Amino acid sequence: MTEYLLLRHRNRGEENIADLDTYLSLGGFEAYEKVVTTMTPQEVIDIVKASGLRGRGGAGFPTGLKWSFLSDRFPRYVVANSDESEPGTFKDREIMEHNPFQFLEGLMICAYAAQAEVAYNYCRGEFWELTQVLESKVRQLNDRGLLGRRVFDTDYSLQINHHLGAGAYICGEESALLESIEGKLGQPRLKPPFPADRGLYQLPTVVNNTETLTNVPLIISRGPEWYKSIGTEKSCGPKIMCLSGHAKHPGNYETPLGITFRELIFDLAGGIRDDKALKAIMPSGASAPFLPASDEVLDTPLTYEDIPKIGSQLGSASIILLDETVDISWAALKTMKFFEHESCGKCTPCREGTYWMYHLLGRINSDKAEQADVDLLGEVAQQVVGKCLCPLGDFATSAVFSGIELFQNDFNSHIPDAVNGADNPNKNK
Amino acid sequence: MSSNTANQTLRTRYSAEVKDILQRYPDDQKRSAVMPLLFLSQKEGLQATVSVMSEIAQILDISITQVASIVGFYTLYYAHSGGKNRIQICTDLPCALRGADDFADKVCEKLGVKLGETTEDGEFTVESVMCLAACDKAPMFQVQNGDGITYHERQTISDVQAVIEQLGNVEIDKSPEGAE
Ligand SMILES: Cc1cc2nc3c(=O)[nH]c(=O)nc-3n(C[C@H](O)[C@H](O)[C@H](O)COP(=O)(O)O)c2cc1C
Ligand code: SF4
Ligand code: FES
Repeated sequence: MTEYLLLRHRNRGEENIADLDTYLSLGGFEAYEKVVTTMTPQEVIDIVKASGLRGRGGAGFPTGLKWSFLSDRFPRYVVANSDESEPGTFKDREIMEHNPFQFLEGLMICAYAAQAEVAYNYCRGEFWELTQVLESKVRQLNDRGLLGRRVFDTDYSLQINHHLGAGAYICGEESALLESIEGKLGQPRLKPPFPADRGLYQLPTVVNNTETLTNVPLIISRGPEWYKSIGTEKSCGPKIMCLSGHAKHPGNYETPLGITFRELIFDLAGGIRDDKALKAIMPSGASAPFLPASDEVLDTPLTYEDIPKIGSQLGSASIILLDETVDISWAALKTMKFFEHESCGKCTPCREGTYWMYHLLGRINSDKAEQADVDLLGEVAQQVVGKCLCPLGDFATSAVFSGIELFQNDFNSHIPDAVNGADNPNKNK
Repeated sequence: MSSNTANQTLRTRYSAEVKDILQRYPDDQKRSAVMPLLFLSQKEGLQATVSVMSEIAQILDISITQVASIVGFYTLYYAHSGGKNRIQICTDLPCALRGADDFADKVCEKLGVKLGETTEDGEFTVESVMCLAACDKAPMFQVQNGDGITYHERQTISDVQAVIEQLGNVEIDKSPEGAE
């Protein structure tokens, strides 16, 4: 891509677009002014629907469709999900640090479309300094009359507030996030009802990811047809791919949806650190199955529709690379430590299951396990999957199921007298 | 707890901030302010004491148990005292693939503590934490103290040393084996 659309601060020749005057001089807030002064909320929703934009927070749900589901009650709320806590994800932070106004403009357009007069931006607590900067940006927008009462002399008023989380991954799950804004424990709600019907304070609410919202001003100003021309038919638009782990050049890469793993990893990110061989890919942080570094996988396009075909998920495109030196049972242990720590404790299979899986993986990694422990690990995962209130429970089992299936030797090599120990390349490490 | 025994610190010392926080939420949803008020209280120290929690409970018309449950659930609030500065090193998978566990060991060695422990002078607690959305800039850590939370990315041991000296106003072990 020649032009950055989301990471616009990277475009050469442009000044600091985190500065309000600069952003305005580049056409900033024209899309917002256009929708507020010339369009109905329904027209905005129709444009976003037509663009094919899908949520970037993980599930890939069509954004315009989500907005159209709002129940016919008022007041309504709009919430930006800037909790960004999936291991391997660091895109929303770059957007908010360097291109904050495009995100805020997207949030404001979303609020108008939802006819909400109050919007919250929920930032993870660790974004403490960043949130202070964002609060000052919001004050600037109030001072310029872009936020506040009767913007552009219309009947529409809008206020943006920030709410800081305090270190809980589960608050990225939208209903837990809403509980957290309500001053409660960040524990997911039973769905339905969905937030569009009963969200914040039981009122109709839209929750969208930061990156999702950052797309919206462009869709308004350049049109849905233009937007749809980027990416694939079912996965439209640009996407920020977060590349971490053993990449030679880890970082955020903005590309059209639909480039392949190979293009991303080898053409854009310089390949694998120290020119080692790539062993496995975790395409969606800690939450989706490992993929082996096969040609089939490497040639798979990064889209919502293609990655499930090879057994994993695009999620929010937090792509962790593991080179040939990595023991997959250790990677599974690290992953499980995360889920054991982050389980909110509301349902027993997740709370107990993550504890036991962590315990068993610890045993395996300290070479104290027997074959029965590896078998038990799979059995515990089986007791968790599909039995939990929110997707975190299922997420926690991904690394176990796929790790054992694809890299069995990495588990068995820790077991004295493992059946296949003889032909195990890791045996003498 | 009766109102005349309760602490007034937030309401007297930070009355403007308290007012600003309450304004962010609907009048009948004051409970929403519990998290920002807990963060505000941390300016006075990283521990949610009974008197802090009872003042917040009073401001918001909720029970002290409800405040305590929030402190217990969210990891950036503390029921027990620790170091004045909490050095929180990310050792989650992506950072660990780029040397974060070794880095954490070296920081511990520098300060003469184990992960989770506090230095004798009460200045620093070193902890390992989950992903902080900075995975491409490993090794990294954040420091939480009364001033808030600050990120330190792409760190070497000598960078950490500088941060520690600046924060703790202390001379620490500069022996070569501690350096990178
Ligand atoms: C355990 C869990 C953690 C999540 N974390 C995040 C997150 O950090 N950021 C995010 O935007 N969405 C996260 N989500 C997805 C949200 O629930 C929700 O689908 C999303 O914010 C909707 O926005 P979108 O449609 O724009 O993607 C998480 C979901 C689950 C189950
Ligand atoms: S699956 Fe886990 S994280 Fe989700 S609600 Fe149940 S206990 Fe909480
Ligand atoms: S894994 Fe350390 S910041 Fe993400």
